[in-house]
Amino acid sequence: MKPFAGLLERLVFTPSRNGKLRHLQRYFAETPDPDRGWALAALTDGFERKYATPSLVRPLIEARADPVLFRLSHDYVGDLAETVSLMWPGPAEAARENAPLALSDVIETVREARRKEVPALIAGWLDRLDPSARFALLKLLMGGMRVGVSARLAKTALARYGGIDLDRIEEMWFGLSPPYTDLFRWLDGTGPAPAVDDRLMFRPMMLATPLEGEDVARLDAGAHAAEWKWDGIRVQLAAHDGQARLYSRTGDEIGGSFPEIAGAADFDAVVDGELLVVAAGEVRPFNDLQQRLGRKSVTRRMLADYPAHLRAYDLLFEGGEDLRALPLDARRDRLAALIARENKSWLDLSPEVPFASWDDLARLRGDARAAGIEGLMLKRRDSTYQAGRPKGPWFKWKRDPLTADCVLMYAQRGHGKRSSFYSDFTFGVWRGEEVVPVGKAYFGFTDAELRQLDKWVRDHTIDRFGPVRAVSFGLVLEIAFDSIQRSNRHKSGLAMRFPRVARIRWDKPVAEAERIETLEALVERAAPDLVAQ
Amino acid sequence: MMRARGADSHPESWLRATDGGLYCVPGDFHVDPHRPAERAVITHGHADHARARNGKVLATPGTLAIMRARYGAEAWRESQALDHGETVRIGDVTVSLAPAGHVLGSAQAVLEYKGARVVISGDYKRRRDPTCPPFEPVACDVFVTEATFGLPVFRHPPDGEEVAKLLRSLETFPERTHLLGAYALGKAQRLIRLLREGGYDRPIHLHGAMGALCDLYEAQGVPLGPLRAVGDRDKKELAGEIVLCPPSALSDRWSRGFPDPLTVMASGWMRVRQRARQRNVELPLILSDHADWDELTRTLEDVGAPTVWVTHGREYALVHHARGRGFDAKALSLVGREEEDET
Repeated sequence: MKPFAGLLERLVFTPSRNGKLRHLQRYFAETPDPDRGWALAALTDGFERKYATPSLVRPLIEARADPVLFRLSHDYVGDLAETVSLMWPGPAEAARENAPLALSDVIETVREARRKEVPALIAGWLDRLDPSARFALLKLLMGGMRVGVSARLAKTALARYGGIDLDRIEEMWFGLSPPYTDLFRWLDGTGPAPAVDDRLMFRPMMLATPLEGEDVARLDAGAHAAEWKWDGIRVQLAAHDGQARLYSRTGDEIGGSFPEIAGAADFDAVVDGELLVVAAGEVRPFNDLQQRLGRKSVTRRMLADYPAHLRAYDLLFEGGEDLRALPLDARRDRLAALIARENKSWLDLSPEVPFASWDDLARLRGDARAAGIEGLMLKRRDSTYQAGRPKGPWFKWKRDPLTADCVLMYAQRGHGKRSSFYSDFTFGVWRGEEVVPVGKAYFGFTDAELRQLDKWVRDHTIDRFGPVRAVSFGLVLEIAFDSIQRSNRHKSGLAMRFPRVARIRWDKPVAEAERIETLEALVERAAPDLVAQ
Repeated sequence: MMRARGADSHPESWLRATDGGLYCVPGDFHVDPHRPAERAVITHGHADHARARNGKVLATPGTLAIMRARYGAEAWRESQALDHGETVRIGDVTVSLAPAGHVLGSAQAVLEYKGARVVISGDYKRRRDPTCPPFEPVACDVFVTEATFGLPVFRHPPDGEEVAKLLRSLETFPERTHLLGAYALGKAQRLIRLLREGGYDRPIHLHGAMGALCDLYEAQGVPLGPLRAVGDRDKKELAGEIVLCPPSALSDRWSRGFPDPLTVMASGWMRVRQRARQRNVELPLILSDHADWDELTRTLEDVGAPTVWVTHGREYALVHHARGRGFDAKALSLVGREEEDET
């Protein structure tokens, strides 16, 4: 347990992606099988169930600790697993054992154990471990590691560790199972590549480059197809033989949160599209989709209130046939036929937006805001489907952002290279006599401007909360944002999408910053479904 | 051992918690006064215990050296050094200073009056510290203890393990400067000694606030190995090195310019994850000069005083525990004590 505990500790405190990768690689290199495979399963949510719950763990500590001291400690620490691991009776240093408790001992035992044996097993293990390993044990069995490692990141570490292409790991991932001994043997160069059916794998997506308004004239209008740019999340649906996986743009499997799609895709194809919430024929605001993202269990109510929908724009495979080398028009024809044939309520085609000239299209883009659309996608009709972000075949032509002059309220220190800079800014607008927060931005300024902002924050601090400083109201930031929506995340009841600092208004008096009423008028209602029209 | 007999000789009647700190009536002196006092017994050199501008100061030679280095001519009007094992009379009170194991020069103030003995432990720890002699339990009627880490969640791991984490990180990230935040008095020198014991013999680089106290430790017989001032050197040269600074400097403008700095913080508070995350610490080291919960509770048993007064920290939990163990315990609220590393 000790090396695994050390890994978790490093991961939770390491902010940078590269740093996390280095820790993972080192762990894979230094840890024998099958422990490293079980650790990988723990990090990638590879266990079939949770083996312990708070209601199982709490009585264990209550039987061993003074109730007053437990309550005071729990109040102070906050997290139950952490409190128990720290105050569990026994030395702060684990006894030196001949055979220390291995991660695989724990997993293999608990998987075989009957439910009522589990509490005594856990107590026995806690007695043998030091506080940091106790914490790792409890998190392992209770789930919810929260160490900031996505499945994609863990797979990237595997690829780097083995010196192989990430796509090859993705390709075989869903054919593998813990403790991944065959995978590690291959990565170590001591065994062949595991043979798995790759039909459900994640295929790296093709991404578009941003287009600035004036560039468009240089493109050949006749060679391009236009589509709306939807404000949902990009997904890939891979379905084969009654099974389906829904992947996010980074290759994380999110099908569990969207059973109405992942559980109902009974065709054989890989579809690229936008995940949206569509209710009564209307595309709902992004905030509605957010209610569904990241949920482990989905209630019937969620399904009814926020029904998920896949608006498809590309087809990568059909019936095992790789279509990616075909031109876009041909792929879209096949996609349209598939959608018509399958006739699913949750699946439709992102329509082409017809246009005669770029001026024509520019007008449509100008109206995009009123229609609740993020902008336009321009794709060459002859483009093949290429992984990554090739420059040229696909462009996104976003609508112009909105802007608002906001008052700087709080600043938080960044991480890594920015750890000595106040670089994350919370800003607000006037509501009556008070300023209420509407968003948070951490980019849009140059390094030189960051230095100035940092100095301003330090010179105007009125309060501190950990890494956060409250400042006196004295600086106006012009914030650019894509849209603004109702949200209970902020006291203002509003939240901006993609806010960034457009300009620092050193000159502007705070009294002239925006009022909440102005922003409320910009909140978009649900967009009428353009396809249904 | 001596026991208080008459009501008038019980320390309750002659040792008082006042606005200025603990005041000994028959000796007319304060212990660690938090504002200048005419006569003061000082347990150790940390600024919340040893303040400037007292009149007559009694302390160990180590503590006096630290106060002189920090305050110069402001330190006192008159000083008297008292080694461990020596006694002195102040008024009707006999005073001696027993080792506390906290930092160089740290002591417990042992006060005897009319057959009753009080030990004011100041700050202390029980584990080994290569920079000062270990805490000595002194039998007494009233034991005054701190409670900085007075919750059972505070269990400091072995020092060697924590230092090994830092050495391991230097291996994993040889291109990053490891900025190590630690108290300039005591923690910094102990860390340097522990690093040397862990086999680290490269030069350790020091923030400007560290140099004088490191010199003082060396002069007092604690060798620290090769040290270099960061000064106005090109910080780019310090990739893969350890740079020691006060905790406040980690988030200070000073920390800019080091190559991809990795922030390390050595403190007992690092035991609780949320505390470490609030400080934006990438590598928390759980290392403290204060007793952890196990040391606090063990010390009550080792000293065996029937009466326990608990001062700064999480008094309530320790008082609760002590009462459960049969001690006559109460919280003594003293103003002006700061939490370790809460800058």
